[in-house]
Amino acid sequence: MQEVLVLGDEALALGAVDAGLSVAYGYPGTPSTEIMEYLIHYSENVDTSLIARWCTNEKTAAEGAIGVSFGGRKALVTMKHVGLNVASDAFMNSALMKIHGGLVFAVADDPGMHSSQNEQDSRFFADFAKVPCFEPKNHQEAYDMAIEAFRISELFHVPVVMKLVTRLSHSRAVIKRGDTAERKTLGKAPDRKDWMAIPDLSRGNWREHLELQKDFEKYSEESKYNTLKLNPERKDIAVITTGLAGNYYMENISELSPAPSHLHIGVYPFPEEKIIKLCDSAEKVIVIEEGYPFVERMLKGILPGGKEIDGKMNNVVVPDGELDPDNVRKALSLPPRESQKPASISLPGRPPQLCQGCSHGDSFLAVNAALEKLGGGTVTSDIGCYALGAYPPYNTVETILCMGASIGMARGASEAGLKNVIATIGDSTFLHSGITGLIDAVSTDTPMTLIILDNSTTAMTGGQNTILSSTQIKNVVLGCGVDPDHLKEFIPLPKNHDENVEILMEEIAHPGLSVIIPLRECVQTLRQKKSKKA
Amino acid sequence: MSEKIDIILAGVGGQGVLSVGAIVSMAAMKEGLKVRQSEVHGMAQRGGAVLAHLRISSGVIECDLIPRGGADVVLSMEPLESLRYLEYLKPDGVLVTAAEPFLNITDYPDIEKVHQAVEDVNNSNLVDAKTLAKEAGAMRAVNMVLVGALSNNLPIKPESIEKAIRDKFSSKGEAVVDTNLKAFSLGRKTGRK
Repeated sequence: MQEVLVLGDEALALGAVDAGLSVAYGYPGTPSTEIMEYLIHYSENVDTSLIARWCTNEKTAAEGAIGVSFGGRKALVTMKHVGLNVASDAFMNSALMKIHGGLVFAVADDPGMHSSQNEQDSRFFADFAKVPCFEPKNHQEAYDMAIEAFRISELFHVPVVMKLVTRLSHSRAVIKRGDTAERKTLGKAPDRKDWMAIPDLSRGNWREHLELQKDFEKYSEESKYNTLKLNPERKDIAVITTGLAGNYYMENISELSPAPSHLHIGVYPFPEEKIIKLCDSAEKVIVIEEGYPFVERMLKGILPGGKEIDGKMNNVVVPDGELDPDNVRKALSLPPRESQKPASISLPGRPPQLCQGCSHGDSFLAVNAALEKLGGGTVTSDIGCYALGAYPPYNTVETILCMGASIGMARGASEAGLKNVIATIGDSTFLHSGITGLIDAVSTDTPMTLIILDNSTTAMTGGQNTILSSTQIKNVVLGCGVDPDHLKEFIPLPKNHDENVEILMEEIAHPGLSVIIPLRECVQTLRQKKSKKA
Repeated sequence: MSEKIDIILAGVGGQGVLSVGAIVSMAAMKEGLKVRQSEVHGMAQRGGAVLAHLRISSGVIECDLIPRGGADVVLSMEPLESLRYLEYLKPDGVLVTAAEPFLNITDYPDIEKVHQAVEDVNNSNLVDAKTLAKEAGAMRAVNMVLVGALSNNLPIKPESIEKAIRDKFSSKGEAVVDTNLKAFSLGRKTGRK
């Protein structure tokens, strides 16, 4: 037994290693990034036989991991919650495969949207695919549950989801680490019929998957992570918590005397019998969940005359944002704690912003100048640091939807009739999900200008290498069929501003598709490289 | 007796808020205390306001976040940022902040007014961290000045923190270690009643 100080993400990664992990794939995305960073570091410094790699996107990562499982070895896929949308085709269909080597999807949700565009709850995806889901509430559980997730993946032959949230992913604590299990030997899945999603076979596999549900329910009912504590002395309220809500509840429990009966849920499908026992113990049930009201909605149903239930659906628990000890306290009808008075002056906000000297800033200033001279236009954007071009002093971009959408939306906006349409996307996001949108635009030579803001890194998540080097992006663009006469490059620096504005104006005015690649390395990665050298 | 101290760490992304937390955590662990540090990564780090929760206890720490009204200390790398989190401070909690502003917004208030607002807080310690760091030998040591100022409020022996500083900087040579130890010691002398 060894004690180590780790982030929640790293605890999960170590659990996977100690479960006998062979291969990990993922795409960076806050708050999940540090799972793979840890595994890559581990594979470079501790065990070089471990394979840990970033992939082009979450879907290719998931497909790779499913291939590893087919070969009989354990595989982990890592992503943020919205990454599971991208991987969902592979994920949903893998639920019907007879998983051979253990397969775990580690998905980190971001309630409160610290660094995301929504706060979707991955438990719904696990429920949708009808596969088990673990929701650790602390570092030790992240470690232990990862090991258990691999065990039951192989026991039931299904993919298993591990849902993390930002506050656990990015919190640091000590865990007790056990031994590292032997890796599984290579061995292809015994029956190919379990691995081919064609209607004839899928019908049978789907029936088998439905049959498995009662095994999952039994497993969940007996799991130590679903803990029921009944207190017959208290009959007015009982409490259900899930995920980190359990911790926030514990932070306040000393003021709830006598303690209400309490069920904490850490494994899904949720334990129905335990829930019924809890609900029978009191007049009212308060459901406190990190994420959407998943359990609460099931409990509530639509028929009248049910149990009185407080939660997110009647705003007793705050329905949006993340939970914390204070809003959970309020949900439990406890008064706020006394604190110091607010500051004696009013405080201006300090939102995140592009770094000093960032290449994106120079590109946005050039785009603004070009559009001003052309009488305006439309600028779509994408997911990455450059989304900060939405804020002053730039105010350049008008749409931000999801990875790659800048290109598809620009094409649609142009076909709808808007003029001077520009898509702005980063190099890593372009390779992640932009290429297919570009091919659409090539197919119709849609009048629009795609600007690939190439800073040679995945900057927002901390500077992971882009899957292809910058020199190759041009070839990808040309390979998609873009007219070489309308592929331009420039270096976004203040001294090149006028020249860059001219290039932009010329290509924006072109009555077909054009692509411009402003290329200059991220100031952060450049600085890191310099300080490494020093 | 059970020891427990909750610290809010504040600053602007890139100022090294997390490295301050790391030193204190290492020192606390050396004394056998448990620690939990909740950090900010990703978009929120890009030059924006950042907040980290550092909890130290001899007992079990259930929860990553410090409740409002629960913090013993707010330690800030920047005076304006220090004022953002007063709701986390216990009524008798202590505010420790560097005096030097970090100017990356256009509507930053008059610095005199910001300093006055810090003075208006019960138990505040406005530390001229930049000057003390210079005195110690390097501007980069401002964070260790602040660790020093914070150390007066910690249930941790200064020797343990000095050991943590040594471990953290030993790979950079003895001169860097000495500068940071001196910065720590100068910081520790501030704010004593």
